[in-house]
Amino acid sequence: MTNVDQSTREAHWAKTKGLMITTLIVWFIFSYLVHWFADGLNSVTFLGFPLGFYMSAQGSLVIFVVLIFWFARRQHSIDKEHGVAEEE
Amino acid sequence: MSVIKGDFIDNLPKVYGLYTGGFLIFILLMAILEQAGVGADTIGILFVAFTVVIYAAIGWMSRTMQVDAYYVAGRQVPAVFNGMATGADWMSGASFVALAGGIYFGGHGYMAFIVGWTGGYVLVAALMAPYLRKFGCYTVPDFIGTRYGGNLARFLAVLVLVIASFTYVTAQINATGTIASRALQIPFEVGVWFGLLGILLCSMLGGMRAVTWTQVAQYIVLIIAYVVPVIWMSNKQGFGMIPQLAYGDAIMRIGELESLIGVGTQPTEAFPGLKALTVPYYEAGTDFASKWKFVTLVFCMMAGTASLPHILMRYFTTPSVKAARQSVAWSLFFIFLLYFTAPALATFTKLQLLDPSLATSIIGKSISEVSALDWIQKWSAVKMLAISDANGDGILQITEFFMRGDIVVLATPEIAGLPYVISGLVAAGGMAAAMSTADGLLLAIANALSHDLYYKIIDPKADSKHRLIVARVLLIVIGACAAYVASMKLTSILGAVAWAFDFAMSGLFFPLVLGVWWKRANRQGAIAGMFFGLLAGTAYLYAVRWGGMEPWLYIDHLRFGIIGASVSLVTMIVVSLATAEPDEETQRMVDEVRIPRGESVLDSRH
Repeated sequence: MTNVDQSTREAHWAKTKGLMITTLIVWFIFSYLVHWFADGLNSVTFLGFPLGFYMSAQGSLVIFVVLIFWFARRQHSIDKEHGVAEEE
Repeated sequence: MSVIKGDFIDNLPKVYGLYTGGFLIFILLMAILEQAGVGADTIGILFVAFTVVIYAAIGWMSRTMQVDAYYVAGRQVPAVFNGMATGADWMSGASFVALAGGIYFGGHGYMAFIVGWTGGYVLVAALMAPYLRKFGCYTVPDFIGTRYGGNLARFLAVLVLVIASFTYVTAQINATGTIASRALQIPFEVGVWFGLLGILLCSMLGGMRAVTWTQVAQYIVLIIAYVVPVIWMSNKQGFGMIPQLAYGDAIMRIGELESLIGVGTQPTEAFPGLKALTVPYYEAGTDFASKWKFVTLVFCMMAGTASLPHILMRYFTTPSVKAARQSVAWSLFFIFLLYFTAPALATFTKLQLLDPSLATSIIGKSISEVSALDWIQKWSAVKMLAISDANGDGILQITEFFMRGDIVVLATPEIAGLPYVISGLVAAGGMAAAMSTADGLLLAIANALSHDLYYKIIDPKADSKHRLIVARVLLIVIGACAAYVASMKLTSILGAVAWAFDFAMSGLFFPLVLGVWWKRANRQGAIAGMFFGLLAGTAYLYAVRWGGMEPWLYIDHLRFGIIGASVSLVTMIVVSLATAEPDEETQRMVDEVRIPRGESVLDSRH
């Protein structure tokens, strides 16, 4: 077993869980909430697109890509902060 | 060998840069041949044959007799390249050929697939991939079997994997057969076996290592083949070089045209397998039912993404946990490049057909004029398109024009009047998409059967040479079964693809997630979760699809994973809590999985 004491593990896992929940909240908004109101959003025009359609064709997708890159960075800094990141 | 391999890894950008350049030169060469008067058929054959030979050569060069190279590509695939390989692994023949057509016909309701098939990667990154990488498993059932312990849990995971992946792989082999038969002018049944031969050449000798490097090559071909025609068409129609950002006006214009030409009226005739356009393009549903259908489909595709073993196992090949996380982000980036192009393609095709101010339009023109068009004749001849003058006025109405969704990708170059070289390129791209996914799926099945069923359950003393021979024999046998099923043409491409996601999420989603995120989850719970999830999902699918049952709350056969996964979650929690908590060792194992540092739980040569 890797030599990391229990309190460090717990602190690290609490932060990791927090990040996971934040990530999934953003994910939920752009996976479900936005599209539930697509009809209303369509009355707004964005870059020439009806916004409801735009979100399903591009908007949510762009946010997912950025979200995962951000998640990977944040998680790595959490790991480093608690000294449990891999040796480079 | 290891020295050469190290060099290869260091030189990846150069190797694939040269490869991409070579492919572009090949396209130019084909364009020159076309100008010189070489026939369209020959160009199609050259495109498909040339690319398949390249993949087979990569497969041959990556052959190996080492267990960890065969199962996890030696765990040294850099994040970006693993992202490309995952992109090819992910984007199937259905994504490539059917997605744009689905959007063309389904409008906003169909966009649920686009959102679901991309957002699922957020779940993969946040809940699964880094932890499975730290675990150090070879296959997904390997994780289930070790985390929960016991052969029954492992066996059930193998069962779910085989059902989900086999459903999916027949559709892929079907697609390779369709494309090969058209491009090489051979019967479909022969095309299926030709496709299988190509797929096996890529995967059999080198396992995961060979599949990885061919998938990167296939990604490059498929993305060029998808994006180039769209950019070309966009330029022709005056939407500029980055069509993905500029087609908003085209959507608005389609919205105006739809009411003028009467989109929404039901046709009075029907042709098997063909559809007339009846759904308005960008309008989203206003009632509860359509909103609910949208979000439930999104959820099924996302949870399915995060449970499909052929995707998860791609992240076992990265050099580190950190690289696994980054690799998920790169995967989605490379997938995004195709998925945000598909709606643009659907839009341009639609505009070309509907807008009377464009030379390519057909709606509102005289039937005799439209019937004389080359592409109409060509695709009618193979029954992928039909025209009928139902009201006898001699003018083509929107309700009198029927086609298959696949036409949007396959025929668009011809509709737009692009040179044939583009059609050849599209055929090569579709072939790459279908082959790469089929490779990943066949390997996932064969690896689970050889590693988990044969080595872990039946003969734990088998030596590595023996294990790898068994793995290869299984690959051939499963491939042959899939090709045989595909040659019987039992399912339409897309129905089967959605089912694979539902099967995977029914049986595997919660056992995988809770295995990392809930220490209290134990063997009995996982067994109950997998068994009852799969059973409930399958029973529900049968009831609504063939049993004549009215779906509950609009949860139809495309969404049966919701029933399966809910049953799986509830039984897993109830049974886990009703039985003893996992032993000390298992709890420590979960603790280890949660931190990136240190040795993987399973040793590298288990």
